[in-house]
Amino acid sequence: MRRSLLATIAAICLGTLGVLGARAFTRAPLAPHYFANSNPANLSDWGVVAAHGQHLALGAGVVPYDLATALFSDYAGKLRTIWLPAGTSATYDATQTFDFPVGTIISKTFYYPRVAGQPAGSAAVRPALGALLQSGADGLELSTIRLVETRVLVRRASGWVALPYVWNADQTEATLARVGARADLELTRDDGRVTKFVYAVPNANQCASCHTPNHASRALSPIGPKARHLNHDFAYTTGRENQLAYLTRIGWLRGAPAPDAAPRNARFYDTTASVDARARAYLDINCSHCHSAMGLARTTGLHLDANVTEPLRLGFCKPPVAAGPGTGDHNFDIVPGRPDDSILAYRLAATRPGVRMPELGRNLVHEEGVALIRAWIAGLPGACQAE
Amino acid sequence: MRVTTGCLTGLLASVSLAAMLAGCDKPKQQAAAPADTSGQTVILQKLLDAKPGDVITIPAGVYHLDSSISLNVDGVTVRGEGMDKTVLDFTNQINGSEGFAVHASNFTIEDIALQNSKGDALKVNEGQNIIIRRVRAEWTNGPATSNGAYGLYPVQTKNLLVEDCYVRGASDAGIYVGQSQNIVVRRNHAIENVAGIEIENSSFADIYDNEATKNTGGILVFNMPNLPVPGHSTRVFHNHAYANNTPNFGAKGTAVSSVPAGTGVIVNANKKVEIFDNDIADNATGNVIIASYFSTGFMTKTGVAEAYDPYPEAIYIYGNHFKGGGDAPDTLKLKAAKLALFGLTGHFPDVIWDGFANPKKLVDGKLPADSAICVDNAPSDVLNADGPNDFKGAKVDTAAFACNLEKMAPITLTGPLADTPATSGAAKS
Repeated sequence: MRRSLLATIAAICLGTLGVLGARAFTRAPLAPHYFANSNPANLSDWGVVAAHGQHLALGAGVVPYDLATALFSDYAGKLRTIWLPAGTSATYDATQTFDFPVGTIISKTFYYPRVAGQPAGSAAVRPALGALLQSGADGLELSTIRLVETRVLVRRASGWVALPYVWNADQTEATLARVGARADLELTRDDGRVTKFVYAVPNANQCASCHTPNHASRALSPIGPKARHLNHDFAYTTGRENQLAYLTRIGWLRGAPAPDAAPRNARFYDTTASVDARARAYLDINCSHCHSAMGLARTTGLHLDANVTEPLRLGFCKPPVAAGPGTGDHNFDIVPGRPDDSILAYRLAATRPGVRMPELGRNLVHEEGVALIRAWIAGLPGACQAE
Repeated sequence: MRVTTGCLTGLLASVSLAAMLAGCDKPKQQAAAPADTSGQTVILQKLLDAKPGDVITIPAGVYHLDSSISLNVDGVTVRGEGMDKTVLDFTNQINGSEGFAVHASNFTIEDIALQNSKGDALKVNEGQNIIIRRVRAEWTNGPATSNGAYGLYPVQTKNLLVEDCYVRGASDAGIYVGQSQNIVVRRNHAIENVAGIEIENSSFADIYDNEATKNTGGILVFNMPNLPVPGHSTRVFHNHAYANNTPNFGAKGTAVSSVPAGTGVIVNANKKVEIFDNDIADNATGNVIIASYFSTGFMTKTGVAEAYDPYPEAIYIYGNHFKGGGDAPDTLKLKAAKLALFGLTGHFPDVIWDGFANPKKLVDGKLPADSAICVDNAPSDVLNADGPNDFKGAKVDTAAFACNLEKMAPITLTGPLADTPATSGAAKS
């Protein structure tokens, strides 16, 4: 009797699932939930982003944002979101990541535009370029994209915790993968070139190797939510608005000056900005999480954050310290005017692990980024004169 | 095509069944040959879940990893079942720079091999009380410029013991201790690296009872510019550095690319270095070379921080047993200098100084007594190579180095490393 009842319930449940699977989901609105101690197995449990039918929906009150220039991640597009518990706010800082309250949940979803006609979960993808690189004011339409992973950064009482979630082949859910993962993909560029590559989802320790601005303390921190990365307009569903102003207006950010008084990085692909501003913005977001006075790569003496001005610190005529084969047979990090002789350009254009830079987060060459850095070096005055 | 999380073994059967099943499907398209990385998943999970005090044991076997592994937790021991039995092989590595990256204090790794990593085999980036013991770091193809840079690479560590390890094939240094303090490196075997053992910008180091052979340079004590701290106070003793004559296969631009093939022990720009009671033999350029940063060829007007001191000072060489060497120096200029001074069948003296001295410190043409280069190693001679004049005035000038410096005290490891035997002083076997 009992068995048959259970069987009946199971049949009903399965039937219901079948119906739901066949139609667009019509479940309760997504609501963010802060897990203070546990790491839920499913991304949707956090309630910040989740697949609802053909829509990657944002949770109630979740705010999307983007960065002026973002880290290159093998041409993946990125949807960034942030959510703060009711009644809390972050404290502004002009240079460092804002100080966020316990309970803050940040997510970053990595995805690719799919090659036209390919099914959900297809490996055949296209690069997210320019403005496509970051999008999703109202989530993402899943019919044209391939989701790969969503990284969650959650601010707990003990500090930030980084959790990688990997999307399933059906693109309906992402599950926690602390050991990381790989996705074998095939990139079709606009000019027709097709490149097979391995997209590497970082493991939790690899998350930490970038998200640790102070290597001595080893405390994790978000990288993007800094004034200089956010200080520009975002096309919210409610209209365009400066992100610092928006976050201030909704009460999530305290202490921010007017946008014009806050630092601002360039968009690396914005050809109306100076090459210097674009290149420094690019190096800032792609390198300075390690290459700073307190970062993982402080041991190299090469510091590339936006505020560095000393030429030697920026690598001008600086001999490498521990580059090994990463020198590419070149003597200096940057030789002004000579990108072909500069280790910096060589390593950005390399794909071999141990040679390429950044160390993590890419297996492909960012051709547009390399072109920018080469143009920047080519235009630098001076020379490395032997003594 | 799918995302895989690897084929988990029974140890992790409770984790994400769906992902497991997906992971066991061999991808149809891939940029690199997929290796069986199930062992990697288990090892990585253990490292991620580690708590202070944990001993992570890795059973004997060859584990093929396609990604670097890392540890961020203090107080962990990683232990294999022997450097020839527990082997982490990174031949198929596609992700991460090092083989094993450690950011932790009170860390011990022993009885394990890390081989064929794309970058450094083991990097310990900042930490106190580090023990690296009976670890093999090897590129099994032998010398190649494309090999990873460093075999064992502790940097910015304090209280460090590296002992009984085997390093081979590093395209930079087999054992490279960078920017560290309170260091003992002993009883290691460094073979067929560009630099066998290199101590750089580090202070208070005892390097003894090591064997370094078939490297380009056997043992290096260097100070490089633009780093937070300069190094000083290193004792190199009771080592056997012989036949380090492998052509330099380091990438150009690296500090070690300036080391001439055939170097036994070389000091560059370091201070307070004592080289004694070593057996140094058959190194074809020089058994001992004392050099300045000028001799690296990397000196530029703007590329070196003002605070950097490019000169070697307070170097004390005594009681070494030299044999052979200096007979077939690297580079054309050195060959020419050897030929001119010592003829076809002659050889350089056992100790070569490049001839660069800090003009601001010279008093009557000599360095002050506490900064001097002293060689008390009869019957061996000393060559002043006259580097500033392209070796034109090179000459044997042993008498100019006849002095003595105060001997330095042995290094005492402290804290959790205090119970490791103190400096042996015993004769090398």
